[in-house]
Amino acid sequence: MSLELSCVVGERGVDLALEVHSGETLAVLGPNGSGKSTALGVVAGLVTPDAGRVVLDGRVLTDVGPGRSGVRVAPHARRTALLGQEPLLFPHLDALENVAFGPRSAGAPRATARRDARRWLDEVGVSELSARRPGQLSGGQAQRVAVARALAAEPALLMLDEPLAALDVAVLPALRQTLRRVLAERTAIVVTHDPLDALLLADRVVVLADGRVVEQGPSADVLSRPRSPFAARLAGLNLVAGTWRDGSVETAEGLRVHGLVVGDPPAAGERAIATFRPAAVAVYREAVEGSPRNAFEVTITEIEPLADLVRVHAGPLHADVTVQAAAELDLVTGLVATFSVKATEVAVYRAA
Amino acid sequence: MAARERTRAERPVGLPRWLYVPAVVGAAFVLLPLVAIVAKVDWSHFGDLITSEGSRAAFWLSLKTSAASTSLCIAFGVPMAVVLARRQFRGAAVLRSLVLLPLVLPPVVGGLALLYTFGRRGLLGSELDALGVQVAFSTVAVVLAQTFVALPFLVVSMEGALRTAGQRYEVVAASLGAGPTTVFRRITLPLVLPGLLSGAVLAFARSLGEFGATITFAGSLQGRTRTLPLEIYLQRETDPDAAVALALVLVVVAVLVIGLARQSRGVL
Repeated sequence: MSLELSCVVGERGVDLALEVHSGETLAVLGPNGSGKSTALGVVAGLVTPDAGRVVLDGRVLTDVGPGRSGVRVAPHARRTALLGQEPLLFPHLDALENVAFGPRSAGAPRATARRDARRWLDEVGVSELSARRPGQLSGGQAQRVAVARALAAEPALLMLDEPLAALDVAVLPALRQTLRRVLAERTAIVVTHDPLDALLLADRVVVLADGRVVEQGPSADVLSRPRSPFAARLAGLNLVAGTWRDGSVETAEGLRVHGLVVGDPPAAGERAIATFRPAAVAVYREAVEGSPRNAFEVTITEIEPLADLVRVHAGPLHADVTVQAAAELDLVTGLVATFSVKATEVAVYRAA
Repeated sequence: MAARERTRAERPVGLPRWLYVPAVVGAAFVLLPLVAIVAKVDWSHFGDLITSEGSRAAFWLSLKTSAASTSLCIAFGVPMAVVLARRQFRGAAVLRSLVLLPLVLPPVVGGLALLYTFGRRGLLGSELDALGVQVAFSTVAVVLAQTFVALPFLVVSMEGALRTAGQRYEVVAASLGAGPTTVFRRITLPLVLPGLLSGAVLAFARSLGEFGATITFAGSLQGRTRTLPLEIYLQRETDPDAAVALALVLVVVAVLVIGLARQSRGVL
């Protein structure tokens, strides 16, 4: 066990617990305001929870709340490095001195700190930029230096808060590969909105919603069989939750969804999930008949272009259709239409 | 650079023409007296007037005391500004207003207040007397008077710079393992250095021009407490030409100080 976090922050409606094992990278997913940054803040010692406990490598960093010891280790003494969206390189120091800052603060002699800094700059592939001031670096370069700086501080836990969110898409693949390399075997938490980050960088995923953990598991499992609306949206899937009855998922609204059962079949009356790709949904103006198909009568709420397709939203469901199809059907917001999906395109599994 | 080029290319929204009239009158009101001083200078004796014994003593005393009070302002004003800018506590707003009081207080009142604090019959007078220290009417009193009136300039300038810089870099530095002293020394101070410099320059300028508090608290003893403004005031009665010459010296020093302040603002 490397990191143990449990915290209640009433003001932000956060009440969650999570763990990160030694050498593991955990991706934290969730919509804005779901408590991701608050959780990182509690671990970093920047946010004091109303009640909570943070233990890193057996050392108690925070232990507050009724009947607790009241331990609150200062942020600089926690050995938790936090890297955000913006690199925030110190503007008055060059890249090398920025990276050497952590080792220097830990008491390393100047020469040793610089040698370390060079090694870390090399590790993230920007050794040739060591003499540059932050103002002379591109966004991607600056974020690489910031990664090197965080690593050079040799934190017991590295926390990345949407590290790629503010960067140009052109530099993302290379930087993602770099992160993948430096995060391997390292205890880390990555907050992200990108399912690719979760798959490539993290071993495990935790999904937060409204300040609580709603779903967790190995990255690939969570993204291929999401159980929360947010994870489904990230994975680009339609999600219908309901109760397993008579070989179909029955929703609260009385909708029945048939599909192929994945894994252990749900028991009758148990909560179950059905997911399907938007591209597998066909859209009709009138009701359709035919047993292999699931048909839902919906009201179109939004139509948006999506690359060479058109995404048709109807409440929580969406369908991707070709531009021609959208034009022929004359789809407009407010239209009542039928979404139809073959049972063979729907995955059904237990909700827990 | 980029910003400057952009302003040149952009065509700003027009100003009402009548606005220029009060603007020009205002500028003339500030500049004309300077011209009057220059016009009044007796150039044939200028060198002798400003190098007389009394003038030189006053000039050096002014420079030395202003440098000392600026140092005191930095030593105490920087920590005050940091506490005001970085800590929220009850009464912070009231404390800030009180600290800035000397900005609006008539200097004579400040001088009286200092006299009743450090003077022989003052609040701390008997304690200081017991230690064998006599503050009032000494060069130390000049420095204290100048520090009293100049301190708010440094605190205001520094606090503004600290608030503008924000705490984001400090948070990053702490997360990299730097303790509070390291963060303050290696991150906070370098980031607000331009603000500190311009604050120090302003404090120096205010010290250099200090008159009311000084004459009340320190008196006017040549070589000990008679600074340049006091010397000018005294000479005005006996030797107006000398007063004008010294006034011009002060104007030149003030202009140099403003130039320095502008430069220091352009550091970052």
